[in-house]
Amino acid sequence: MDEITRTVKYEADTDPHFAEEIAGIARGETLRACIQCGNCSGACPVSPYMDYTPRRIIAMTRAGFKREALSSTTIWLCASCYNCTVECPKQIRITDVMYALKQKAIKERLYPKRFPVAVLAREFSAAVRQFGRNSELWLIIYLYLKTNPFAMLKQSILGLRLFLQGRMGLKRERIPMGTGKKGDLQTIWNALDRADR
Amino acid sequence: MSETMQSAEPRVGVYVCHCGINIAAKVDIAAVVEFAKTLPYVIVVRDYKFMCSDPGQELLQQDIKELGLNRIVVASCSPLMHEATFRHATEAAGLNQFYFQMANIREHVSWVTADKALATRKSQALVSAAVRRVVLNEPLEHQKVPVKPNVLVVGGGIAGIHAALTLANAGKQVTLVEREPTIGGHMAKFDKTFPTLDCAACILTPKMSMVRSHPNITMLTYAEVVGVEGYVGNFTVKVKKKARYVHEELCVGCNECVEACVYKEGRFTDTFNEGLSKRKPVYMPFPQATPSVVLIDPESCIELKTGKCKKQCATACTRNAIDFTMTDEIVALEVGAIIIATGFQTFDATRIPQYGYGKFPNVYTSLEVERLVNASGPTGGEVQLRDGSTPKRVGIIHCVGSRDEKTNRHCSRVCCMYSLKLAHLIHERTDAEVYNLYIDMRTPGKGYEEFYDKLLKEGVNFIRGRAAEVTDWTVTPEEEGKLVIRAEDTLIGVVRRIPVDMVVLSVGLEAHADADEVRRLFNISCSKEGWFLERHPKLAPVSTFTDGIFIAGACQGPKDIPDTVAQAGAAVAEALALVDRGFVELEPNTAFITKELCSGCHTCIAMCPFSAIRYNKEAGVAEINPALCKGCGTCVAACPSGAAQQHLFTDEQIFQEIEGVLNYV
Amino acid sequence: MNHLYYPGCSLKSTGRAYEESLLAVCATLGVGLTELQDWNCCGATSYMAIDEVKAFALAARNLALAEEQGKVGPGTPTVDLVAPCAACYLVLAKAQHCLEENKEVGGKITAALAAAQLQYTGRVVMRHPLDLFTNALGLDAIKAQVTKPLTGLKVACYYGCQIVRPYATFDDQYHPMTMDHLVTALGGTPVDWPLKTRCCGGSLTGTVQEVGLRMSYHLLKEARKRGADVLLTACPLCQFNLECYQDPMKALFPDHEPLPVLYFTQLMGLALGLERARLGLQRLFVPFRQPVGV
Repeated sequence: MDEITRTVKYEADTDPHFAEEIAGIARGETLRACIQCGNCSGACPVSPYMDYTPRRIIAMTRAGFKREALSSTTIWLCASCYNCTVECPKQIRITDVMYALKQKAIKERLYPKRFPVAVLAREFSAAVRQFGRNSELWLIIYLYLKTNPFAMLKQSILGLRLFLQGRMGLKRERIPMGTGKKGDLQTIWNALDRADR
Repeated sequence: MSETMQSAEPRVGVYVCHCGINIAAKVDIAAVVEFAKTLPYVIVVRDYKFMCSDPGQELLQQDIKELGLNRIVVASCSPLMHEATFRHATEAAGLNQFYFQMANIREHVSWVTADKALATRKSQALVSAAVRRVVLNEPLEHQKVPVKPNVLVVGGGIAGIHAALTLANAGKQVTLVEREPTIGGHMAKFDKTFPTLDCAACILTPKMSMVRSHPNITMLTYAEVVGVEGYVGNFTVKVKKKARYVHEELCVGCNECVEACVYKEGRFTDTFNEGLSKRKPVYMPFPQATPSVVLIDPESCIELKTGKCKKQCATACTRNAIDFTMTDEIVALEVGAIIIATGFQTFDATRIPQYGYGKFPNVYTSLEVERLVNASGPTGGEVQLRDGSTPKRVGIIHCVGSRDEKTNRHCSRVCCMYSLKLAHLIHERTDAEVYNLYIDMRTPGKGYEEFYDKLLKEGVNFIRGRAAEVTDWTVTPEEEGKLVIRAEDTLIGVVRRIPVDMVVLSVGLEAHADADEVRRLFNISCSKEGWFLERHPKLAPVSTFTDGIFIAGACQGPKDIPDTVAQAGAAVAEALALVDRGFVELEPNTAFITKELCSGCHTCIAMCPFSAIRYNKEAGVAEINPALCKGCGTCVAACPSGAAQQHLFTDEQIFQEIEGVLNYV
Repeated sequence: MNHLYYPGCSLKSTGRAYEESLLAVCATLGVGLTELQDWNCCGATSYMAIDEVKAFALAARNLALAEEQGKVGPGTPTVDLVAPCAACYLVLAKAQHCLEENKEVGGKITAALAAAQLQYTGRVVMRHPLDLFTNALGLDAIKAQVTKPLTGLKVACYYGCQIVRPYATFDDQYHPMTMDHLVTALGGTPVDWPLKTRCCGGSLTGTVQEVGLRMSYHLLKEARKRGADVLLTACPLCQFNLECYQDPMKALFPDHEPLPVLYFTQLMGLALGLERARLGLQRLFVPFRQPVGV
């Protein structure tokens, strides 16, 4: 390593309300009860790839290390397998805490740039919001366009095979939107948007 | 004190306690004082920081003398806490102690009420109720009942053994009841004890044989208490002695019968060895079993199951000790005090499936490993795996069934230390690489931290992290054929995979599965986890809410041997204080019948749970024996004519109390 | 037996063979499945990362539609909704839990549904096809219809994460056995292996490919090591990850050997004697050639 960096966390740089905020988004999650046993990290199948283990994310959240927690790759690498949640000896719903952090990271635009998982979440939800259903082909195309257009070429063989085997179509799956009739999804979106405001 | 003064017009003194800030922070004391001044018969109202202190008590005593008070109300804590204190203070000033009444404005008000105004109003209501009631209080005398001198100790582990010996040495006649066929409890299974590493058997077995030979101790093993009646100082206890099919007084423990059994080899699970070896239907639990008497297991004995055995055991016994016709018998005991020392059970490791206990043969519980390292255990003290090989790498997983919301929330207190001990013994005997996976290392105790330090220096590995799983999924060549423990090394922040030959699960301590039945039997309380509840966690740690019944050892909560023995000694001291005094004073809150009102309808007689009521034929009325009455009030509530009343709880007193509350809410 | 059926997006594209085989098997076994009309995407794991209330609203709309189309009422107190996709199954079940437990979220969603004249009253029972076959139909009924038993076929049953976690309702969370019992009923031999519920990588295979590939690679490797001829899945994403990426997997891990990965319903269909085409077997990337019923 050529450079050395100085790291000290000043109290002024922590966010004392961060833990409460995240707990609130995760429906009153009791992450303050964490005893830092690391069972979550040990149970997590993806933790070897994370910049911070899930245990450290909980510690950072509790201590108000907002920027570090929200810009970590950890929260985006969580595959939602719920192993940490069912194993946690303090019954902290860690998967839901990860979801809360993801939501907050997207809102605050603190997620790692061009990190495909965050982009996927955004593209996926945008498509569902617009069409009511998700079309895998279109989702993948958007994902690669926004993250790494060159990698799309590498995937095109897989796409072609899927197409030939009848496992991926060009058609956009959708349900009628904005009809105003009973059960209209657009009406539900509008009601939720109004409630948000 | 003159009769005239006590029967005169009531003169009430009210004393409001601040209890430091326990009450004063939530209740407006001045407002309660001002309010109390407006109540009928109240002569004086004072408040004080701690009414239970000497100056606080002197305050009311002085007023009794100087102002001629004849009724006292203290508004403070729960009667459980200080009723006795203030009754004594009242009596010391020359007034009958039952002219005192307590209003609980701490447990019932300040500790449980958020709003200050509401807390103040409730305090006023309770003071009002107490004042109205105390006016009607009558002078009563405590009833003295003699105490039986003998003591029962339930449970023959180290706590029960120590308690029985200490009582017996003090000259008391003690009966020690043990459920298993031998005394010794868990400690008899251990090889070494932490932190001194002295031999468990060397310090325990002499005490066991002292129990056996002590002239003042009657030992009932393979026996269970099945009934408890009576009250403090006067308990009648029924004990069921299970049939051993061997006469204890004849058997000398020569084991000839075991040799002769038609089963040439052991075939049945040896529970003393935690299932690591097999025994025959006729067996000695372990070599130093006390009493040194064999027994026959009816579940596996051919004769007892089918009646078609050659009965070689019986033939082999030169003393004719074996008797297949033996049945369970009931023994009745009369005792003045009871010490309960029933111990604990270890956590069932199959409840955490990800650790693979019961699936992988090389995953052991700590208690199994205690047997493996024990010189008198199934391997003669050799640490061997089930295939006979010696493990080269061993992982010890802490907190199995402890500190876990899904199993047991509590810390079992002893596991860190016994895990260190096992780590040391395994490392010493096999030279294996030992890994301890812990959440927090808890070593408070004399010499305990020093023991941890010794282990650190010995080169035992410590990984701070709760093991996530034990798996036979292997990834690298060195993992092949081994079990892999996966855990985050939280001090490094990296997930590690530790390949091992042997996994030791440090199982926690939990209350016995039947703790609730035992609690009911003795009429004591237990926490929701099943630990027997002490009367006060600090100031009455071995007493229970039932007078005359004491608790000792791990049945009250997880504890190690030194603490268990200390607690057993404390329980003995309490029991001695009771039986050596020779008598107990009973609350005079007994029921009585007003003859003129009794119609002789018999309703109360059938209802009384203590058989304290009989029918007087000549007078045609019911009569209550105050020595038997427990003051439960059942007859009072049941009596259709109002003839049954209860001292301290007359209808009029209760109505006035209710009125007092209702007038001010 | 009649049930409402929630296919979810994947069963209409990459997981088409799952739908084909499920419907064919159900038709053979006399289990009626009626597709929920006008269903919308469950929201999957992605929507939860954006806005949980809206994610639950997506799920709740489907639950409300199920109550309406299932004609829940006095005679029909509950309606079964069959969700073959593990992610759909979990998201819908999770929404049910949240609506029941959390008044604040529940209130918001009830109000939004009401705007579209819908309501959900908690009367939908979520069922995964494994639950349906083992518990509602029963293995004996299936066994009776097996014409080509899977004799000698060694099967690694892979449950994945989301049908057993965090709500283990119809099977054991640590050692699930429903699929194993089903395989036994079909005449096959399930292998005991330790990774039954370990995550396949989920959507990571599509996003951070190296991570997902390694996770899937290990699953396949261990299944092979334990002697499996075929691996069965109960989720379209698991099947997609484990099967369609075996070529890139081989590039990254040269010791990888191909292993057929089927939906459990495809193997059921074979044992029931259905034609391969009806079960979508032609859509496999790694063909399953092992003859059955011989």
